[in-house]
Amino acid sequence: MAHGAGGKASRRLVEGLFAPLLFENANAPLGDAANVRIDGASVAITTDSFVVNPLKFPGGSIGELAVNGTMNDLAVSGAKGQAMVATFVLEEGLPASVLEGEIRAMAAALHRAGVVMVGGDTKVVERGKADGMYITTTGIGRFMPRVTIDARSVRPGDKVILSGPIGDHGITILLARGELDLEADLSSDTRCVLPLIEAMVDEAAPGIRWMRDPTRGGVATSLNELARDCGLGIVLSEEEIPMRDEVRGACELLGLDPLHSANEGQFLAVVAPEYADAALNALNRTEGGEDAFIIGEVRTEPACGVLVTTRYGGSRIVDMLVGDPLPRIC
Amino acid sequence: MCLAIPGKIVEFVPGQTQLGTVEVTGVRRKVDLGLLQDDMPMIGDWVLIHVGFAMTKISEQDAMEQMHLLHMLGETEQAIEEVRGYGLEERGEHMNGSPRLS
Amino acid sequence: MRYVDEFRDPELITRASEEIYRLADPARHYRIMEVCGGHTHAIYRFGLKDVLPSNIELIHGPGCPVCVLPMGRIDDGLAVARNANVIFAAFGDMMRVPGAHGSPLEHKARGTDVRIVYSPADALQIARRNRDRHVMFFAIGFETTAPSTALTLMRAKAEGIANFSVFCNHVTIIPAIRAILDSPDMRLDAFIGPGHVSTVIGCRPYEWIARNEGKPVVTSGFEPLDLLQSIVMLLRQLQAGEARVENQYKRVVPWEGNRAALKAMAEVFQLRPYFEWRGLGFISQSALKIRDEYAEWDAEQRFPIPGTRVTDPKAAQCGEVLKGVLKPAQCKLFGNECTPEHPIGALMVSSEGSCAAYYNYEHRKAVAMVTSISSVA
Repeated sequence: MAHGAGGKASRRLVEGLFAPLLFENANAPLGDAANVRIDGASVAITTDSFVVNPLKFPGGSIGELAVNGTMNDLAVSGAKGQAMVATFVLEEGLPASVLEGEIRAMAAALHRAGVVMVGGDTKVVERGKADGMYITTTGIGRFMPRVTIDARSVRPGDKVILSGPIGDHGITILLARGELDLEADLSSDTRCVLPLIEAMVDEAAPGIRWMRDPTRGGVATSLNELARDCGLGIVLSEEEIPMRDEVRGACELLGLDPLHSANEGQFLAVVAPEYADAALNALNRTEGGEDAFIIGEVRTEPACGVLVTTRYGGSRIVDMLVGDPLPRIC
Repeated sequence: MCLAIPGKIVEFVPGQTQLGTVEVTGVRRKVDLGLLQDDMPMIGDWVLIHVGFAMTKISEQDAMEQMHLLHMLGETEQAIEEVRGYGLEERGEHMNGSPRLS
Repeated sequence: MRYVDEFRDPELITRASEEIYRLADPARHYRIMEVCGGHTHAIYRFGLKDVLPSNIELIHGPGCPVCVLPMGRIDDGLAVARNANVIFAAFGDMMRVPGAHGSPLEHKARGTDVRIVYSPADALQIARRNRDRHVMFFAIGFETTAPSTALTLMRAKAEGIANFSVFCNHVTIIPAIRAILDSPDMRLDAFIGPGHVSTVIGCRPYEWIARNEGKPVVTSGFEPLDLLQSIVMLLRQLQAGEARVENQYKRVVPWEGNRAALKAMAEVFQLRPYFEWRGLGFISQSALKIRDEYAEWDAEQRFPIPGTRVTDPKAAQCGEVLKGVLKPAQCKLFGNECTPEHPIGALMVSSEGSCAAYYNYEHRKAVAMVTSISSVA
């Protein structure tokens, strides 16, 4: 299971098995979308599978996630999604009303994201062989002009921008499962981040060096991947990381690190210092970007690592997530 | 060991005298109050929660006293240094967080 | 008051740190043991070593119940869990702890019914809802956690819930402290006492440490200011040549402990003559077993238990690290064969173990030399 949780094991699986056997250029840093050249034109393409329990949760559902997640992978690659195909794996006995609800949720998300569904496939598996339903979506998009996303272009002094509060999705799902018997007025942050990224691109395109949506494994895992890919250190300022009280409370109660908690509607951007204010202002002016902050910067040390510092001078290394986040109690 | 955090009692669970709902910065959970049966908390009291059980009532007065001591850290020594010339200092007198026990 | 943020105030932390610098004698090296794994975790989580003078060395004690649990106990618990009808319930802390035949999570991947619970009461609730299954709660923890297990068992007995049992691994902290103090290569100056254990047992049980061993003890809270204030209190005692038990965590810890909790423990548990501690060996009177009156709810009496013994590899120097003779990074296996993902020794097993905490939060910082981020934002 740890191999799918977005942390270290996932990365080892991709780097150790998939990339060398399947990828054309096995040594290029792993991005969120690939760049394919067709008749001289660059096309962005990405795919993602969505598995979530429960299927519906406060603030969203699997269908909405499946559209937003793939659109976001394109957006943080500097591409605007144009079309999408979807594959459904349905468990025998899934109520038709649930399926219809999810298709409607997908349609609404497609409409909001301004992208069209152009095809798909459905398979049904025996009861007990799937958690209700799995959805895989594949999206293609057009790269935005003037934007180049490459971890290797990141330099010391660059600023790290985060689009909004962390952990909403991960903690919402944890509570929605009901096993921990915790309640909070919290909902998933699932959304398409393209409008925010477009606003930032308008004002600061030449300064944008790298972007990623910190989904499974959270902000800590995404930034550790960046640190490894660019060979530099990411230094965060703990007080600047936006977080809702409810997320903080749940994390305190369960001994979890919110930096490891999943997000479905946020992105991280590394921006050249001279463009950082313009990028941040553009986000803050856009609806849904009011809580964006500069949360840290790139330094030469700790090389290939992420350090969180506090105002009183204490600091700690934050590693990638190992497996799923588990409540720590005793 | 033993992760335990403060929460505020917001309601008692009707019909179950041993259960109360606590709130921790916007997160609510039912906790067992059975270990506080000698001194049951009231609504609005803060308790320390560990593995779904209230372990102890939190004393606001002691917390305020502690904050007061923390705010005074260093000041006593500075004050002593300032008046050193007066030859009035008592030897071995320190601000201390706890009453002398021996 | 919310009893959290107030004790993380950066300005007061700086002031407490300055006070510690003022009090610490530069000619002296202080070795202070924080007994509790929660303190170890907090020290790394808040980066407190960065605000302490280098001659104050914090030595991470035995108070991590996951770390000190012998691997054979996990194998024994999972042997019961492999019965088709059994639901194995445990805290999240246990899930990745390896037994000789895999961890609870690995058993789950192979089809064993393994559930993560937040509370022993939640495990009992699973039993109420699944009357045709047997729920075994794999109990770990010190005196903080044992009363919750005791009360849960009392509830199970009162309600006559027959499909529930506890595999009891509860341990007691005082015998472990004694074992560490008895060790000949031990050199400690003072103790930061375990705050949450003390909510149950109070502060009196530490008095022998001050009286007989001449070492100051300050029972401490878990926020940055709690720990720094406790160090201030310890330094003042050491400076005055005193050895007393003090209670820094008065807002939470009553001097006499929690009588109702002690009563529940005495009702359900009795001392085991001896128990094995990973990294420390066998310690007499150091663990709890379920009394015969509750035999029906004792997994060790209900199910055949293999009694597995697994010895740690000799190269793992957990005992030396526990006693403060070695620092985590000085162990030959640290960071190489032994990592949080693949723990070989006890202290790498839980994030509260001193090696795992050091690995997660401190390792690599030595080269980083980054002290502030004032230029950011």
